[in-house]
Amino acid sequence: MNFSIDVLRNEEKALYSLRQLYMQHGYARYKVSKFEEYDLYAGNKSFLISENILTFTDTNGKLMALKPDVTLSIVKNVRSDVTDTHKVYYNENVYRTSGGTDGFREIMQTGLEYIGRVDDAAVGEVLTLAQKSLAMISDDYILDLSHMGFVTGLLEVAGVNEEDEARLLSLVESKNVSAIRSLCAEYGVSEAHTDALCEITSLYEPLKTALPKIRGFVSGEKMQEAYAQLCALAEILERDGDPSRLYLDFSIVNDMNYYDGIIFRGFINGIPDGILSGGRYDKLLSRMGKRSGAIGFAVYLDMLERLEIAAAGEREE
Amino acid sequence: MKNMINIALPKGRLGEKAYAIFEKAGYECPSIREENRKLIFENPEKGVRYFWVKPSDVVIYVERGAADVGIAGKDIILEYSPNIYELADLGIGKCRMAVACKQDFCDNRERTLRVATKFPHIARTYYNGISREIDIIKLNGSIELAPILGLSDVIVDIVETGKTLLENDLEPRETIVDISARLVANKVAYKFKNQEIRKLCEDVEALLRED
Repeated sequence: MNFSIDVLRNEEKALYSLRQLYMQHGYARYKVSKFEEYDLYAGNKSFLISENILTFTDTNGKLMALKPDVTLSIVKNVRSDVTDTHKVYYNENVYRTSGGTDGFREIMQTGLEYIGRVDDAAVGEVLTLAQKSLAMISDDYILDLSHMGFVTGLLEVAGVNEEDEARLLSLVESKNVSAIRSLCAEYGVSEAHTDALCEITSLYEPLKTALPKIRGFVSGEKMQEAYAQLCALAEILERDGDPSRLYLDFSIVNDMNYYDGIIFRGFINGIPDGILSGGRYDKLLSRMGKRSGAIGFAVYLDMLERLEIAAAGEREE
Repeated sequence: MKNMINIALPKGRLGEKAYAIFEKAGYECPSIREENRKLIFENPEKGVRYFWVKPSDVVIYVERGAADVGIAGKDIILEYSPNIYELADLGIGKCRMAVACKQDFCDNRERTLRVATKFPHIARTYYNGISREIDIIKLNGSIELAPILGLSDVIVDIVETGKTLLENDLEPRETIVDISARLVANKVAYKFKNQEIRKLCEDVEALLRED
């Protein structure tokens, strides 16, 4: 078969180059069916990006769902041996609502999962692949990194209880420093801890230069562990990735019930929303009764449509 | 080349006040003061481009990245809960979101409370928080009329001085939340135009501290 690469749309080009990238790094294709039993999602709703699920009744009366997410299906089918390492990637369409009330949409998504014994080297590999994935789509990208353990560790040391923790985290997510100050005062958080929380909330810097700045805030086992992990990753990415495009940003927050370690999000200049999202989700596995660790990410290819339009606009200018 | 920052201003008094702050902070754009029907005003030298939009649309422009930063009332942010950064409290446009009703109204918890409001999300969150069953009546203006005509028992609305309420024999009861104007930013723009947006934010905050 002979055809010019120009006939491919942006998202199709990305799809095939990403497939090649993941295969080169030893990830195997994982194919899942278009639907799953609804129960799988009902028990893990907050793991999903949107809680709305498109359901239908199968011929045997079972309630089924069109897949809103691929990770859950993969995790469900993984055997629980700790020794095995599964490296898989997928290209699938998922069905969910996005942004407000405009109904269900079919979203083309690709991504990979690393399930098994997840050490720093594995996390480093996944982060490097996330960077390479973004670089394939555009040179002008940024990968933001955060560590849930660092933020929740700080809140624990500051003596914030669980309910207040969620409220503070949502303020961290919107970098709302003034509201954090008043809420901390209300909860009776000490001044030093309030300052630390505000400081890490407004922090936005390349990982390498950011690390010395947060070092002074580290206290308690959880933060120490998180800090050590971030340092190890900085070293790996320095060697294998592009450290100038790796930023530390604690405003990247994800559901605490599923994510407790590294989380990250990728952005492309010209697309007004994150196009890559991922993190370490050991907690999901333990909730499903499996003992291994896991990290992975998804790339939302439907967003690349916007990039084409943005690029065309720039050429006109 | 320096990145231009796109700034969405809410049409009306609040937006003018906000622009005055930007102007004083060194982000002036003289053409904005001219009387004309233009919608977009830019000053390439200062790296800013302003445009006026309907106040409740500011967060939409910012969330979707058509504007990098914007000025929005806390009421709008709470109502739409957009996925954006809230970088500074400008301390202008101060008022509060409150429950108001006829002066002689006495709440009967045996009945569903009928609430007229422009802010259904805020009203629902508030009444859920105190476990009160309500019936929301979404209106788009002249909210004060609702309790007078018996359309609703109470209203949830913005109260600045309380004068309009008083003139219509209404009175404010519980305050739900204090409101003021916020400097908000698109999350992705904040990353790719980080230096410019941070500088803008710092300059504005420095100016606010002076006053």
